[in-house]
Amino acid sequence: MQASIDEIISRYKAGSRESLLPLLQDIQIEFGYLNEEAILKVGQHIKLPSSKVYGIATFYDQFRFVQKGKFHIKVCRGTSCHMHGSSGILREVERVLNLKEGQTSRDGRFSLEAVSCMGACGSAPVMNVNDEFKTTIAIQDIAQIINIYRNTF
Amino acid sequence: MLFDIEVNGKTIKAKREDTLLMALERNGIKVPTLCHIKDLLPSGACRMCVVEVEGRQGLIPACSHPVEEWMKVRTHSPRVIKARKTNTELLLSNHPDDCLYCERNGNCELQKLAEDLNVRERRFYGKKNKYKTDPSSASLLRDPAKCILCGRCIRVCEEIQKITALDFIGRGNKTQVGPAFNKGMNLSSCINCGQCVIVCPTGALAEKQYPAKLQDALHNPAVKTVIQCSPTLSVTLAEEFGLRAGKDIEGVMYAALRKLGFDFVFDTSFGADLLITEQATEFYNRLKEGKSLPMFSSCCPAWIKYAEQTHPDHLENLSACKSPQQMLGALVSNHFAPVVGMSADDIYSVSAMPCIAKKFESQREQMTHKGITDVDLVLTTRELARLIRLNGIDIEQVEPEMSDQPYQSRSSAGKMLAVSGGLTEAVIRTLHFLITGKETTQLKIQELRSGKGRKEYFVKIGEFKLGFVVVNGIGNVEPLISEIKKGRTDIHYIEVMACEGGCVGGGGQPIHPENNNIKARAKSIYELDEKEANRFAHQNASLQAVYQSFLKKPGSELSHMHLYTSYEEREVMR
Repeated sequence: MQASIDEIISRYKAGSRESLLPLLQDIQIEFGYLNEEAILKVGQHIKLPSSKVYGIATFYDQFRFVQKGKFHIKVCRGTSCHMHGSSGILREVERVLNLKEGQTSRDGRFSLEAVSCMGACGSAPVMNVNDEFKTTIAIQDIAQIINIYRNTF
Repeated sequence: MLFDIEVNGKTIKAKREDTLLMALERNGIKVPTLCHIKDLLPSGACRMCVVEVEGRQGLIPACSHPVEEWMKVRTHSPRVIKARKTNTELLLSNHPDDCLYCERNGNCELQKLAEDLNVRERRFYGKKNKYKTDPSSASLLRDPAKCILCGRCIRVCEEIQKITALDFIGRGNKTQVGPAFNKGMNLSSCINCGQCVIVCPTGALAEKQYPAKLQDALHNPAVKTVIQCSPTLSVTLAEEFGLRAGKDIEGVMYAALRKLGFDFVFDTSFGADLLITEQATEFYNRLKEGKSLPMFSSCCPAWIKYAEQTHPDHLENLSACKSPQQMLGALVSNHFAPVVGMSADDIYSVSAMPCIAKKFESQREQMTHKGITDVDLVLTTRELARLIRLNGIDIEQVEPEMSDQPYQSRSSAGKMLAVSGGLTEAVIRTLHFLITGKETTQLKIQELRSGKGRKEYFVKIGEFKLGFVVVNGIGNVEPLISEIKKGRTDIHYIEVMACEGGCVGGGGQPIHPENNNIKARAKSIYELDEKEANRFAHQNASLQAVYQSFLKKPGSELSHMHLYTSYEEREVMR
């Protein structure tokens, strides 16, 4: 069962500003992203204005502010993948999905994220759909890969 | 302790624990800054104050480096100038090239730097960030495109005002300044005090303006235009025309307003006298009943919004009196209009204020009567000065005139509302009369005239032993409120002004990056009070006439209908 925001927050001491990042991380692990409610509640709990909480959260790349799609696609933009043309891969995924990096499609099916390295440099370029790796991909494969998930329920 | 350092080949005195910038400034050596705010910890963000120090490889920022005895400094060497110029050029490379269309054209710190550093061509071309302006607030217009990310607004809001409505959002070249979730300012905890506007070096933060609306009204023969100007305005308007800070140009200002085309010119000092009389009465009644004490003043709209969003459970402690602006606005619609045989509908009521929160206040739902707003449009000191220039009025050639009847006379007590502590002094004068039936002889209360964040004054008036507290700057209010919540009971009246120094330091005042002139403005008000024949609000002859013919007496039914208001809890992103 999913823990509620309040439950997660209650694990940390009230007024302890140093808990900010662990708290946000816990919430993101549970819900996949940080929504407004979470940020406001965290701020109230650790006595930090919401503008600050949001400011700090947006500083770090690891936090998302929109819900993930049913299929969350990560495209690696690390060094090895970059050398193997991952910028073209990302552009192609964006084109096929009609999404920009960081966005979630309106029907909630897909979300797209560019990440720094997924530790699969030997198989570059790689992408990853819901933690399933697609290795040594080529631009012309993308449409086909994504089509599989278009039709999966 | 003083010691010598060498700057540009000359020996100057420096004080231990000073920053290099402070030492330079004290010796009249000017180093440009963009992110520095006097009396706050340095942030070192803009790198404009860099200087060359012998023995150091890189340039060091003067604002955040302590001055040390061994230092040999060059503040304007070719290397330093080049670095400053490059910094400026880089800032400009992501800045809209629309100075001619900018609110701050001619009074912009970035523009001035570009000029001083001889930036004459564009060296850096790059993609500029595209941002939308945020027009959601009733008082404030935020244009992130013009922001240079110096962080002054954030620090003033957080460290001085303790509101923290703004912060940096994102990182790297996508960083911008905004409220939580980058939503509209109207949803944020912003109290519209406008201190961010005062410190903003560019036009990224400015007051909301409606110049066309005003022009339409001024040139519509079917509409009668009325203007009231704040007690503060007469001592600050002169600055906008290059005259001495604090110079009182009351009569000239009235005359200039007539020349602008306003049909009737009133002074909000009359409204202030009215407020003082009503509020002293209200306070006296609460004292007698022992109810809803301590009483907080209510004439600062920024404080009111703060109270509504932060302490909704203490709203009954706020005085129910409207602010002087709204009181006079309500009188114009409901007393003046019938007297001159007009319908309130045909009057366009303008006010000129040192404040941008007044814009928000005038739009409050509670500030209308039978669908007619008490005040239709609020101008800041800066806007009014621009309007005067636009109409080609040479302020130095204008002969002084009087303001209009029936609200012509004023006391200096009303004028005192311009400074922090002034309202309390004025209320004490009237309260003394209410309680004892005699005028007080102690007119100058030194305890309330300092620049401290909190001023306390205890006095016995008649049978009452009373405590008065003045909160000078909204950042100082929270400790007091927690003392009261913990059970402090020796305080009865609390004046809160959101801006430091009171309205003379308001967010709508002239912007001078180098000197804020607040002291000079306050001094002028105190001098005026010394010289004034009538120093008691309740002795104002026009005011007494209005009571006789219309309101009957302070706290009457009509007073309650027109001059009192109510507050409600306000939900914001805190």
